[in-house]
Amino acid sequence: MDTIKLTIDNREIEVPKGTTILNAAKQMGISIPTLCHFEFKGMDVHNRPGGCRLCVVEVAGRRNLAPACVTECMPDMVVRTNSMRVINARRTVLELMLSDHPNDCLQCAKSGKCELQALAIRFGIRSNPFVGPDHAQSSYQIEVSPSIIRDMNKCVMCRRCEMMCNEMQTVGALSAIERGFPAVVSTAFNQHLDHSPCTFCGQCVAVCPVGALTEVDNTAKVIRAIVDPSKKTVVQVAPAVRVALGEEFGMKPGSIVTGKLTAALKALGFDYVFDTDWSADLTIMEEGTELLGRLKRFLGGDKDVKLPILTSCCPAWVNFFEHQFPELKELPSTAKSPQQMFGAMAKSYFAEKINCKREDMVCISVMPCLAKKYECGRDEFKVNGNPDVDFSITTRELAALIKQANIDFTKLPEEEFDSPLGESTGAAVIFGTTGGVIEAAVRTAYEVYTGKQCPKIDFEELRGLEGIRSATIDFDGLPINIGIAHGLKNARKLLEDIKAGKCNFHAIEIMACPGGCIDGGGQPLHHGNGDIIKARWEAIYQADKEMPIRKSHENPSIQTLYKEFLGEPCGHKSHELLHTHYFDRQTTVEVDLNK
Amino acid sequence: MDKIIIKMKKEVSDKIIEICDRFNNAPGELINVLHQTQDYLGYLPAEAQELIAERLHIPTAKVYGVVSFYSFFTMQPKGKYPVSVCMGTACYVRGAEKILDAFEKELGVMPGETDKDGLFSLTSLRCVGACGLAPVALVDGKVFGRLAPANVKAIVNEYREMDKQ
Ligand code: SF4
Ligand code: SF4
Ligand code: SF4
Ligand code: FES
Ligand code: FES
Repeated sequence: MDTIKLTIDNREIEVPKGTTILNAAKQMGISIPTLCHFEFKGMDVHNRPGGCRLCVVEVAGRRNLAPACVTECMPDMVVRTNSMRVINARRTVLELMLSDHPNDCLQCAKSGKCELQALAIRFGIRSNPFVGPDHAQSSYQIEVSPSIIRDMNKCVMCRRCEMMCNEMQTVGALSAIERGFPAVVSTAFNQHLDHSPCTFCGQCVAVCPVGALTEVDNTAKVIRAIVDPSKKTVVQVAPAVRVALGEEFGMKPGSIVTGKLTAALKALGFDYVFDTDWSADLTIMEEGTELLGRLKRFLGGDKDVKLPILTSCCPAWVNFFEHQFPELKELPSTAKSPQQMFGAMAKSYFAEKINCKREDMVCISVMPCLAKKYECGRDEFKVNGNPDVDFSITTRELAALIKQANIDFTKLPEEEFDSPLGESTGAAVIFGTTGGVIEAAVRTAYEVYTGKQCPKIDFEELRGLEGIRSATIDFDGLPINIGIAHGLKNARKLLEDIKAGKCNFHAIEIMACPGGCIDGGGQPLHHGNGDIIKARWEAIYQADKEMPIRKSHENPSIQTLYKEFLGEPCGHKSHELLHTHYFDRQTTVEVDLNK
Repeated sequence: MDKIIIKMKKEVSDKIIEICDRFNNAPGELINVLHQTQDYLGYLPAEAQELIAERLHIPTAKVYGVVSFYSFFTMQPKGKYPVSVCMGTACYVRGAEKILDAFEKELGVMPGETDKDGLFSLTSLRCVGACGLAPVALVDGKVFGRLAPANVKAIVNEYREMDKQ
């Protein structure tokens, strides 16, 4: 490979051609401040608009300072990253930015994790020469949607969110609009996110360096529900939470904290601490049965059967196809997501068991996800206006609650989930990452279809972090073609193939977030560090290995559920309680024949 | 959670589709498509932007991003009598700003807007080549020169009266 020699801060370094000054300096242990720049290693995500100019450096022979994040190293370049001229320029940039930024840190949801705040601290900004006597600043209405709060007064126009929404997700809900002072990232016609194609995946929130994009915070609602003596609180925790929550307490990325998490929820005072893994096993029973049903009809020569079957666990993905591919809405499995299956069972099966009225139960979920907040508010998931899942909090919000309650998380003794909605298998925990849902489905569908024990349990061919993967699994002589996509741009590619008739998959798993739920919009912030995602990913499969039972259909508590309550998978009661339907929500322009 | 359907007159949608086709529905031609659509409609309503986004396969937010970025695009329909106040150098030094202010007050709109009756729209523009008459304003294509703020009311009323007949 071609390399280049240059000098940075009086030290020589050799780097591959094409390396930016920023990355060359990083290799030498020099951290140049940045703000707009964002790189998500391993996920092929880059934001390099070169717009904020906080990263400027001095290059000998050039008149102007150069932004290090977009300037490539050249042979024999001489770079200074810390001259007083550079520092003076960076301070000016920062002061200008802060002059149009509210001094809201005391109440800001990002406080302590905000990159702008960190820079103001690093540069010791105490006063601001650019703030006029009248403190004139741009002013935008704060917008609250089911999942996301947008406070554009705090936007620094780094455009990371726009990049995530357009390049990673190809949703196109967000774009830079206007110019000059009023310039901001917003939706078409500045409409509410609710009226845009936004999927609520939360990937924009996950990369926003400041408090401009944050999740709807439901922690106060949790406290009120627990305090209310007339309510029974039932909590469920999604698989991906247990491999990430520890990070919020300084634990190593990839620490599996299931036992401590359970203990913390009990210490917080929830009446019943259950597991979304339980309903993930239930999802497999329903979705797997549906897959086999469609397959059998297909093999029987039925030309109308809808294949490939697409998974439907991810509400952001559901939003995506409802908005962008409504013509394919008969393909996804009708099985509800594990969150909603849990809610439906908690407020029927379990409520009957403990003799609790629906209205007296508050069902709360802890999710790695922002779309789940939106999902539990969908009308199909309510009975007489009462939602199956009352509301959802993120991994980050749970960490905040634990801190408020003075719980020393790292020292907590491990505890177990309550029974019966807390028993689960290894197949359920792998729902937390890309490839996991389909692997869990294969473990069960194989055995149900062939009537034999599956010769293996670890389907390595379905695992990995590449955006699109495929494998053929031999169902004892019947080859089943499986596709997997994560990140909506990859989902889009498979959907275009289906539309073009170029797809020979029988089943496709799709998750909206890159990496799947381990990198959901509600997880601890990773700041573009792909190693963190990798560690969570490994932890998911480790957690699977550590489970005594690893196939959903062998979960004894799910077997009891069918015996006592549901009857059989995809039976009458299941259809009523565990399945759903989808809508065409695409905006289309039609000819008006009346005028 | 219903499908959002935007209705459009057939002749309008046909014309926009024709413009998009003329540029091969290429996303890179967005600005040209917007220009020609605005030439045709006089402005760029949200429905037109939705349709262009659909034809060019780009997100509507991106189309709106471009429309809101350039000052020569407008989402306001032009009034029956468009008013343009010249802000060229000659007019400017002779008090064009005060003339614009007077129109703003008289019509109750800001530049780029149209009044609620759809009668007047207000814009400012660069030198119209009548510097000798500075300051200058155009109303429905007619040049009014050597203006003083005090003249504005009379001019507006003249058109209001004319419209009543
Ligand atoms: S939540 Fe996802 S789809 Fe919605 S604006 Fe953010 S990145 Fe785009
Ligand atoms: S909302 Fe956040 S991520 Fe988006 S441009 Fe503004 S500061 Fe950047
Ligand atoms: S991949 Fe998981 S975390 Fe991301 S939107 Fe889908 S369900 Fe939520
Ligand atoms: S970080 Fe380099 S220009 Fe913003
Ligand atoms: S500057 Fe107004 S006409 Fe020339």
